[in-house]
Amino acid sequence: MASDVAIVGVGLHPFGRFADVTGIEMGAIAIRNALADAGVAWRDIQFAFAGSYEIDNPDAVVALMGLTGIPFNNVYNGCATAASVLALAASTIRLGEYELGLAVGMDKHLGGAFSADPRLYACPSWYGELGHFVTTKFFGMKINKYMHDHGITARTLARVAAKSYRNGALNPNAFRRKPLSEEQILGSPMLNYPLTQYMFCSPDEGAAAVVLCRAEQAHRYTDEPIYLRASALRTRRLGAFEVHSPWLPIEETPGPTIDASRAAFEAAGIGPEDVDVIQLQDTDAGAEVIHLAENGFCADGDQEALVADGELEIGGRLPVNTDGGLLANGEPIGASGLRQVHEVVLQLRGRAGARQVPGEPKVGYTQLYGAPGVAGVSILCV
Amino acid sequence: MARVPVAAGIFTWPSDDPRLIGSRCVACGIVTFPAQGSCPRCASTEMSEHLLPRRGRLWAWTTQEFAPPSPPYAGPTGDAFVPFGVGYIELADEVKVETRLTEAHGLRTGMDMELVLVPFRTDGDGNEVVTFAFQPVR
Repeated sequence: MASDVAIVGVGLHPFGRFADVTGIEMGAIAIRNALADAGVAWRDIQFAFAGSYEIDNPDAVVALMGLTGIPFNNVYNGCATAASVLALAASTIRLGEYELGLAVGMDKHLGGAFSADPRLYACPSWYGELGHFVTTKFFGMKINKYMHDHGITARTLARVAAKSYRNGALNPNAFRRKPLSEEQILGSPMLNYPLTQYMFCSPDEGAAAVVLCRAEQAHRYTDEPIYLRASALRTRRLGAFEVHSPWLPIEETPGPTIDASRAAFEAAGIGPEDVDVIQLQDTDAGAEVIHLAENGFCADGDQEALVADGELEIGGRLPVNTDGGLLANGEPIGASGLRQVHEVVLQLRGRAGARQVPGEPKVGYTQLYGAPGVAGVSILCV
Repeated sequence: MARVPVAAGIFTWPSDDPRLIGSRCVACGIVTFPAQGSCPRCASTEMSEHLLPRRGRLWAWTTQEFAPPSPPYAGPTGDAFVPFGVGYIELADEVKVETRLTEAHGLRTGMDMELVLVPFRTDGDGNEVVTFAFQPVR
């Protein structure tokens, strides 16, 4: 079970809306919390990777941390940015370049659906002019088709969202900490059929950081290291049903989540049945339903019964998004995946407080997915 | 006031029998929409123009119940915004095309759909901008 990279510290700046705090300042707070958790000083950090969508140069955080001259790379990779940050930091250690490093993500988005110039996504201008360049509409289409093909109901989507808000209420760092009933969720304004407002996450603000080191040195820093057993990133293949696609071929191909998940399980040498706590990309409640199957935790269609039976709850057989996921935390893109890692690390240490998964979980799983058709999976274990 | 297409080269214009203009890879045969200069399957750069079938089946759909962010969206906003359907139409065995739907209600996966040209907006010169859409076959 030996692994070559260990996580020895995690830190967060809460997710939400913070009018008086800049994105860079949030990054610095998350870093300080991660350093304190690892018991190391900033001057001990030998290299860093930082992820952000809104902040061109998140490495400017050195102005707040200390200008130590370390190699500090900035990464943006769509909704999987934080997965890339973590994987690159881990690879740097695995390659033997450095022994102790930092992965940090930070973002500060405006409200409302993400938008951009379609041409930056290899889409024609008219695609945006007509109103097709909208990510939420893609998620509506994807879950609507999935529900049609696999017998999932809108009630299940509401149950999934209600669970996330319930879990968020147990998480002091979450954006949305007020439980919502299934009826409130179903009754909120329809945005893209069958998805209502409260079935979607919101872009927001926040930061998360992780301190990594060579596994054999982990006990210098902590008595409870968490090992990064695998991190895999994949992009869409021809025929995958992905956002911002003016057309699709007739042939249908599994999406990048399925490819990344299989690669990660293979690298870790374990299977979905070995995982005790799960973090999935729930851009919307339907995405959590789809991703449960795409990551191998159930067969297509089984979600209807699993959700109704409470198996995705903190005390269930497949605890998913124990910190409230994206629905309760929002999505500061650069930080989102490291927030998932933060939660899994707390769970595997047995320090998740009111939302602790019972039975001493040993293996945790995180998945990011989004535009323009990219997925990142990480597997962590004690 | 004239009628003008939302973009040149995406559907035949003017035409009594409008067709979407795609491309077909000379090497592997894959069909794309809109036309592009290289093949996303085999990377060939030999693509020929290909007019798409007018009819197909609704493969996936949703509704757009709020005005998309402008820019890039250029259609009616505020009180003038009318929710619309969006979907992919599977055109024979050739390609699936993402499109505005003429209806936002009564849509069913698998239903037969056909190409129409519909008014989209009025531009700054007072022209009626026309786009492609698909409507249920009645």
